[in-house]
Amino acid sequence: MTMAPLISVVDLAVARGGVAILEGVHFALSAGRALVLRGPNGCGKTTLLRTIAGLQPPLAGHIEAMPDSIAYASHADGLKATLSVTENLRFWAAIYGQPKRVDPALAAMNLDALAARAAMSLSAGQKRRLGLARLLVTGRPVWVLDEPTVSLDAASVALFAAALRAHLATGGAALIATHIDIGLDEAAVLDLTPLKARAPAAGGAGGGFDEAFA
Amino acid sequence: MSIWEYANPKKFMQTSAWALPWFTGLAVVTLLTGLIWGFFFTPEAANFGTTVKIIYIHVPSAMMAINVWAMMLVTSLIWLIRRHHVSALAAKAAAPIGLVMTLIALFTGAIWGQPMWGTWWEWDPRLTSFLILGLFYLGYLALWAAIDNPDTAADLTGVLCLVGSVFALLSRYAVNFWNQGLHQAASLSVDAEENVSDVYWYPLLLCMAGFVLLFIVLVLIRTRTEVRSRRLQALEARERLA
Amino acid sequence: MIALLVRDLRLAVRAGGGFGLSLAFFLIVTVLVPFGVGPEGGTLARIAPGILWVGALLACLLSLDRIFALDFEDGSLDLIATAPIPMEAVVTMKALAHWLTTGLPLVLAAPVFGVLLHLPGPAYFWLVVSLALGTPALSVLGAFGAALTVGLKRGGLLLSLLVLPLYVPTLIFGAELIGRGAEGSSTATPLMMLAGITAATVALVPFAAAAAIRINLR
Repeated sequence: MTMAPLISVVDLAVARGGVAILEGVHFALSAGRALVLRGPNGCGKTTLLRTIAGLQPPLAGHIEAMPDSIAYASHADGLKATLSVTENLRFWAAIYGQPKRVDPALAAMNLDALAARAAMSLSAGQKRRLGLARLLVTGRPVWVLDEPTVSLDAASVALFAAALRAHLATGGAALIATHIDIGLDEAAVLDLTPLKARAPAAGGAGGGFDEAFA
Repeated sequence: MSIWEYANPKKFMQTSAWALPWFTGLAVVTLLTGLIWGFFFTPEAANFGTTVKIIYIHVPSAMMAINVWAMMLVTSLIWLIRRHHVSALAAKAAAPIGLVMTLIALFTGAIWGQPMWGTWWEWDPRLTSFLILGLFYLGYLALWAAIDNPDTAADLTGVLCLVGSVFALLSRYAVNFWNQGLHQAASLSVDAEENVSDVYWYPLLLCMAGFVLLFIVLVLIRTRTEVRSRRLQALEARERLA
Repeated sequence: MIALLVRDLRLAVRAGGGFGLSLAFFLIVTVLVPFGVGPEGGTLARIAPGILWVGALLACLLSLDRIFALDFEDGSLDLIATAPIPMEAVVTMKALAHWLTTGLPLVLAAPVFGVLLHLPGPAYFWLVVSLALGTPALSVLGAFGAALTVGLKRGGLLLSLLVLPLYVPTLIFGAELIGRGAEGSSTATPLMMLAGITAATVALVPFAAAAAIRINLR
């Protein structure tokens, strides 16, 4: 059985600060598949993910996905220090209209014991787990994750990998920028290093607006 | 050939380089003729004395203070809708000129107002509106200066210019209402266009044309500087990339 | 959307300061003015509408930079921008939360401060009406200014510079409404103008603010 991909990215070029940094990015993700993005610091992983999440317009090419199918998780967890773990999660569940997903998400990320604690009293790793639990309450099929395992210990990485596998098994897909091995052997890997944008004079996509001046 | 071709930076640079000397010459001739005619070859008004001659600077600068903002509104709209960079840079280039025009209008007004009304400043609706316009120019310039990314800055100042235009107009009417509320009528305001006779009107007209030309010259020079500065940034970015 | 409002209100209460700070600031302004102009009742009564409005405006200004900056710093704004609610609604809810924590307490406390300034009797009703009608516009315009400066390190002062000229019409009609109410003359024109400005601001400015946020998140 062939399925239409949940998200497909066609000949995408992205710019940071008006300068092209990646071009010719091309991939498709169907249900149950994960793609790991690799590349050195500053190569444009975050910019690419933000573009796919719809936060900034692409320089060239296009992104095809169902509307409202992408859940984005950035470096920052977007937690409110004075709210409790449950309150933080309930807020996002309400925003996404999925109030019933709060308790399973707490359980999946092993946060039950911390449910009533204020987010400010959590450790960095616990905060990160709460940030990832947010993905579970969105109920969206395509996860776009920027360095999801930062400050997680080995046990938490395994917890996250399990949640990710469960997500893929239920027909989800994930796009992950990460440096470490998260033990997801079935995931495909896309190395962004060769996709670094060339200077426009050499036939590259151009840095958008500034190139009109050069 | 469409007018939008001039939005291409290269085309703009070529055309403006050609046009600049002509406009400069025309501005100098018009302004000098208008000012000399106005200052030395018009009779002194019976009730105003020599001070009346300040209108040859005051009225054109006040006119330009408003028109420059209108020009910024148009160029901002062109940038927001059609994404022509030269347009955004022209708006940026025009703002300081507009601010200076507003300040000239306010200062010459004060110098003129002192002997006429016996006070340097009066919360007359017209004066107050210009003060508020000056604040809008200040905010606009401060926002340009505060943002690093030039395209983000162009977008945000464009949005500010749109909203600011509406509120500047609204303030004009509010101030009119406010002053009537306190004093019975704004009797101190001198409406130069309607009061002056032909003898003063023709040199004044020439001075206004001269100010428009002067503005065109200044805005062309400043826009060219902005374009060059952006070109420099683009070249540096390209160097980093290579 | 309601969830966003509830969250912002809860944060304002928990962080303290939300309700209290702007009120305390308003009180201090009201107390300082008589020290500056002298205790003479007639003078104070005459300038009371203006002082109360300027005080409310400054108190409102004080908390504007927090409307979006906190959410920007901790990454929530990115996440909210990718959530299934339009940014225009986010701006409106944020401005509403700001008004509930800042504008509304000012409206309720203003009559008490009016006593300190010898505000004449008939003016109290108009003081409350004028602040209740005008302060929502202050919050929405403030949200616009906060949206423009959200990415900036030290945006607070710039924010004031951008927002204050936008406050001029509201201030003029608001203070005029109280002044006329105190004199017992016709209040229809400033009342309608104030209500009209607020209605138009609340309806249209969120679109500009939402555009500014999207630009800033790029």
